[in-house]
Amino acid sequence: MHEMSIAEGIVQVLEDQARVQNYSRVEKVWLEIGPMAGIELDSLRFCFGAVTRGTLAENAALEIIETKGEAWCMHCAKTVAVRQRFDACPDCGSYQLQVTSGDEMRIKELEVN
Amino acid sequence: MCTVCGCGQGETRIEGKKPHSHGHDHAHPHEHGHEHGHDHGHDHDHHHHDHEHGHDHSHEHSHEHHHDHGHAHAPGLSQGRMVQIEQDILSKNNEYAAANRRYFADHGILALNLVSSPGSGKTTLLTRSIAHLEGAVEMSVIEGDQQTANDAARIRETGARAVQVNTGKGCHLDAHMVGHALDELAPADGSVVFIENVGNLVCPAAFDLGEAHKVVILSVTEGEDKPIKYPDMFHAADLMVLNKIDLLPYVEFDVDQCIDYARRVNPAIKVLKLSATSGEGMEAWGQWIRAARGLAMTGHPLAAQSA
Repeated sequence: MHEMSIAEGIVQVLEDQARVQNYSRVEKVWLEIGPMAGIELDSLRFCFGAVTRGTLAENAALEIIETKGEAWCMHCAKTVAVRQRFDACPDCGSYQLQVTSGDEMRIKELEVN
Repeated sequence: MCTVCGCGQGETRIEGKKPHSHGHDHAHPHEHGHEHGHDHGHDHDHHHHDHEHGHDHSHEHSHEHHHDHGHAHAPGLSQGRMVQIEQDILSKNNEYAAANRRYFADHGILALNLVSSPGSGKTTLLTRSIAHLEGAVEMSVIEGDQQTANDAARIRETGARAVQVNTGKGCHLDAHMVGHALDELAPADGSVVFIENVGNLVCPAAFDLGEAHKVVILSVTEGEDKPIKYPDMFHAADLMVLNKIDLLPYVEFDVDQCIDYARRVNPAIKVLKLSATSGEGMEAWGQWIRAARGLAMTGHPLAAQSA
């Protein structure tokens, strides 16, 4: 739903960074997105193409690295893999999980000119 | 695009404000363009803790998932230069949110971000809450809707001040809009600011507005499985208000199951059951607001006076 805002957020960061890092063109963007970031990747790719038009990132390639979802299970006292917030612990079935990663939405690096 | 802070706010309109006027004087983060590359804006705020981290210490974080995403960095292979950024995509919003949070802290203001589906009874709950707490607490409201100023008008009928933000096509309020609305609203020190978000259980979950708490309102005329259908929102909220409980005899809604689902996505979530219409449960909601306000005022000169 809010992929358009997310894509606009990316362009804002790219424009801010252009001043700091001294570049005028962005060729490629690497993102890290977790399964619990609430982002539909296809939609984000579409929106990214749309909002970069006329910006320094026009026609830039978008590379999305999908990170893993992990949570700390309080019963098992260990890290387990999860896909969604309401997943039970795959080992003991408990819902006493603290999600530790998987909600990332980060710009990792750029290729610029 | 606005040249002061670079906001491309499109169709956003804030009542009482000319589009793109920036007469605000509370510290907006566009004054300090300090988010540079190796600043590792590693987001500690994922789980919506109330406390603010300074974030500007450049710690080395060792991420679990250093994926090998095999792109050619080797000199000569690519004409471009590589730039490490490691920045949260929502960092811009988070900067504005941090400024709002600082503003609320400086003024001892409790800000609550009310989120729900359309039709859950947010505005009615607000008007009744204002009536319930009148005299005890000063309150004002930021109303977010795609269109119309109807809700702000409903709030003003109670005597409380309200500013309407129309997001146009936007599906959520962001921290930047709220910052501008605060300029217009100028809430009193030690008061409570209710931010009624756009009716939407999806997008507002991701956007920190600088509030102390997200409060998710779910009415019993909706499905009891909403917490697991829209887990991000229930995960982000500190309190779930089950509204319209006067209708429980007429609808099929399993309260215990609903609370169980909510706790699956957020083991720490608190739950209040009430009916804004009949008034049942409003006392507990009032207590919760007063307690949260007490915390928000900690350290503020007004807190010493009222103690």
